Amino acid sequence: MAQRAIREYDGKAIFSKHWEKYFSGFHYGFKSVLVTNGDELRAKAQEHGFEWLKQEPLVAKPDMLFGKRGKNDLVLFRVNKPGDVTLEDAAKWIDEKISHETTLLSGQHGILTHFIVEPFTPHSQDQEYYISATTVGEDDVLYLSAEGGMEVEEGWEEKVNEVHIPITMDDANIAHLIRANVPAGIPAENKERFITFAEQFYKFYRDLNFAYLEINPIVMIGNDMHILDLVARLDDTAGFMMGEAWCDAEFPTAFGMEDQSPEEKAIAEADSKSGASLKLTILNPMGRIWTMVAGGGASVVYADTIADLSGNVSDLANYGEYSGGPTTGETKFYADTVLDLMTRHKDPKGRDKILIIGGAIANFTDVAKTFTGIIQSFETYADRMKEHNTRIYVRRGGPNYEKGLKDIKEAADRLGLYIEVYGPETHVTDIVRMALEK
Amino acid sequence: MGALFTKDTQAIFWNNNASAIQRMLDYDYVINRVKPSVAAIVAPTSGNKFEKFFYGPDEIMVPVFRNTTDAAAAFPNADVLLNFASFRTAYDVTMEALSLKGQFKTIMVTAEGIPERMARKMNQAARDAGVIVIGPATVGGIAPGAFKIANVGGTIENIINSKLHRAGSCGLVTRSGGLFNELSNIISLNADGIAEGVAIGGDRFVGSVFIDNLLRMESNPEVKYMVLLGEVGGTEEYKVIDAVKSGKITKPIIAWCIGTIAKHFSTGVQFGHAGASANADAETAAAKNEAMAAAGIYVPASFNDLPHTIAEVYGKLRAAGIISEIAEPELRTIPKVRRKKEFICTISDDRGDEATYAGYPISSVATPETGFGIGDVISLLWFKKRYPKWATDYIETVIKTVADHGPAVSGAHNAKVTARAGKDVISSLVTGLLTIGPRFGGAIDDAAKYFKYANDRGMSPAEFIDYMKKEGKTISGIGHRIKSVRNPDLRVSGLKKYAAEHFPSTPLLDFALEVEKLTTSKKDNLILNVDGTIGILMVDMWRALGYSEEEIDGFIEAGTLNAFFFFVTIVFN
Repeated sequence: MAQRAIREYDGKAIFSKHWEKYFSGFHYGFKSVLVTNGDELRAKAQEHGFEWLKQEPLVAKPDMLFGKRGKNDLVLFRVNKPGDVTLEDAAKWIDEKISHETTLLSGQHGILTHFIVEPFTPHSQDQEYYISATTVGEDDVLYLSAEGGMEVEEGWEEKVNEVHIPITMDDANIAHLIRANVPAGIPAENKERFITFAEQFYKFYRDLNFAYLEINPIVMIGNDMHILDLVARLDDTAGFMMGEAWCDAEFPTAFGMEDQSPEEKAIAEADSKSGASLKLTILNPMGRIWTMVAGGGASVVYADTIADLSGNVSDLANYGEYSGGPTTGETKFYADTVLDLMTRHKDPKGRDKILIIGGAIANFTDVAKTFTGIIQSFETYADRMKEHNTRIYVRRGGPNYEKGLKDIKEAADRLGLYIEVYGPETHVTDIVRMALEK
Repeated sequence: MGALFTKDTQAIFWNNNASAIQRMLDYDYVINRVKPSVAAIVAPTSGNKFEKFFYGPDEIMVPVFRNTTDAAAAFPNADVLLNFASFRTAYDVTMEALSLKGQFKTIMVTAEGIPERMARKMNQAARDAGVIVIGPATVGGIAPGAFKIANVGGTIENIINSKLHRAGSCGLVTRSGGLFNELSNIISLNADGIAEGVAIGGDRFVGSVFIDNLLRMESNPEVKYMVLLGEVGGTEEYKVIDAVKSGKITKPIIAWCIGTIAKHFSTGVQFGHAGASANADAETAAAKNEAMAAAGIYVPASFNDLPHTIAEVYGKLRAAGIISEIAEPELRTIPKVRRKKEFICTISDDRGDEATYAGYPISSVATPETGFGIGDVISLLWFKKRYPKWATDYIETVIKTVADHGPAVSGAHNAKVTARAGKDVISSLVTGLLTIGPRFGGAIDDAAKYFKYANDRGMSPAEFIDYMKKEGKTISGIGHRIKSVRNPDLRVSGLKKYAAEHFPSTPLLDFALEVEKLTTSKKDNLILNVDGTIGILMVDMWRALGYSEEEIDGFIEAGTLNAFFFFVTIVFN
């Protein structure tokens, strides 16, 4: 993964931290709090610096990466009339929202857990603007519009100016380019301000390694900037350079995505501690075909082939890979996890379980060494695998593969497991066909 | 354009990745390359000047440098940089390499997860400089029978099984490194192997993309058809489709995009690499496979059918006479068991019939009628080559000159004290020898070192004297207890005279004499003394013999000059 979404709150915190460096001359209050329930909000209001929660009318909305919150009726800005939401109203509203499942218009559903609460900002439609930046092809693109909010989304082609900025362009030319492309609809008294802000916005986006940054709308009242709604993704590969500049922003799972299972979390944790790569996604815990595939590319072609040849993608239980020369211990842990998951549920139709131990011809991973870990795992799970009528299909090549294949065949035979073993002379995914035809 | 690599291509390997380098050298040996494919290693923290590797059954030394600039200066013909730096430093390493204009034609970057903005800058800078970047996040590429990058192809056994030891007729481009190997194998099983192959890398922003590589292969007469293995995500395959439609590519292409599974899962599951995620319908594997088929590219029904498609296209080209039978080349084999030599003597050798000095049998240098003197033997044993007569005569002159420094010097004094204490000759000699160092004898070394340092940096004699004063050092090689301008040291006069008559030139001595003019103007006995003259003339000798300044510095650092003193002390005391 490289580009990862962050919460609106964290995006605003990053703005606030660097505001003086990039936007001196403009003012931004950063009056925002992130809470998970009503009591947390009430407690926040007692803290020094957050008196505004008790003094000003508020706006509350979920902060969980999804957009179109207005259309989903998930923005609290009025009880009887716009701008009359009190602290208590917001706290109660939040508690109500977290008490049941929410389904979005897109079909995503789940329980809301994070909310951003801010002061209500009275303003008129003509004070709203739109600005965003991202990468398209090899260039950065800055999108500018004199209209913000829902208006801009409903007339994108006519209302938005696109400024394409090549990666090597210097600041002087960037400034020139932005000035030349400022939207015509910006009123004259705000034009210079808008240009300056747009230039600095781009530099902020660039220097802080955002992959995507959108403010819609941004409200300009004199030199006061109100970031009403913000969407941001960071290039997480730059994390090692950014340190505190990113304000410890977290990368939450998308709303509606089930949280990772304990097994997936355990593999992810092992992955983060290893120089090798260990990945596991459970697609269907009841699935019949389980895979333990070495290599990122190979794992994709096995998944493709299983979906193509089984005719039913729900047969595929998991997706994942191990690669980059994992140790015997790491491979054993990975195999233990997969075999444990595989032997939890009987196939509803009473069919055999299929275990695909696949892989392309390794460049440098020692096949015998990684297979030693898998064999150790067989020894633990042999009885359970037999209970589920597991058939094992192995295909692998690379350093020391002859020994690896011989060892795994001997171990399976000794343990009374059904196994077929193939080397580089057999096409990489052909074991899928063999397994499904039997 | 044309071929990416040839049998003469040499690389600079950034990072001392010993197993990958060894695999390259094993490959070189097996395919009968004349020069090893790794010219030098860059390792910023290494203290070594060389690393040992096997070349077939023997061992070779590969030079190690602290930075790319120095390595490139030493190997101007090495036009490939294998950048094995981590994702933290890979950008800086590439940018340094690009700043060496004209040095590198190809830079391979292996790191995965370089910050996207840096990857984009690096890739653009390379494009502007006309340099091909392979990667980032790749295992590399290969021109079979000519040049192999690092771990591509895996073990030697697999390389030969997959026919990667000699050129076939397919051009192969993949994103994935793991599947690159697999595809090479498939192509060897179903056709005659590959002529050139590149894994472009799995990150979102890579330097050379499919179309760059395919266009080069189109212009390479060795390539008769191409295999392209794409992936879900991105639109690079459409550039290939455009090139086929516009007739820029006329050779047959067989292509497949992996990741057709992704269509079954609406969001959240990342299948494959960072670059592999469809943001639009046109970026799905299925859409790309369909579009490629519609453009006349050979697209199999599934990845499992890819081998049949390759066999079919190859069969057609064979039948049409476009591809002919390939003669299998003779290969060398690598011994199964190799042992590292812990100690290497590159000077004398007693493995043959007769022991040699730097290749000269001892009998051919020992007796008077051979015309070899002590100076010749020293040049062979210490400097590993035979010096011309003026130089060996100089060495002998030095030996005769320093044979005895008188009875009062510390070495002679200690030796005598030890002998008087009743010890044997060897013990007495050793106590004398052990006094040789910075105060006794060391003046030769220091004189050579400091005068050369000043001369290398273009200091004037006055600047040099100031510099030494600031460093708080006396100037070695200047000054004598008794001798002075009016009472010259005749040993020095003799050496100077010899040098004037026989040395091609004496720039450092000339500099030293200018320094002497200044020092003697202050005090009469601050003359260039015999130690200084010897050390300085030794530097002039080495310069005239064509050694580089670095090599000469190396000799001085190693204490070669003191060794003369040492040697003489042993022989004559």
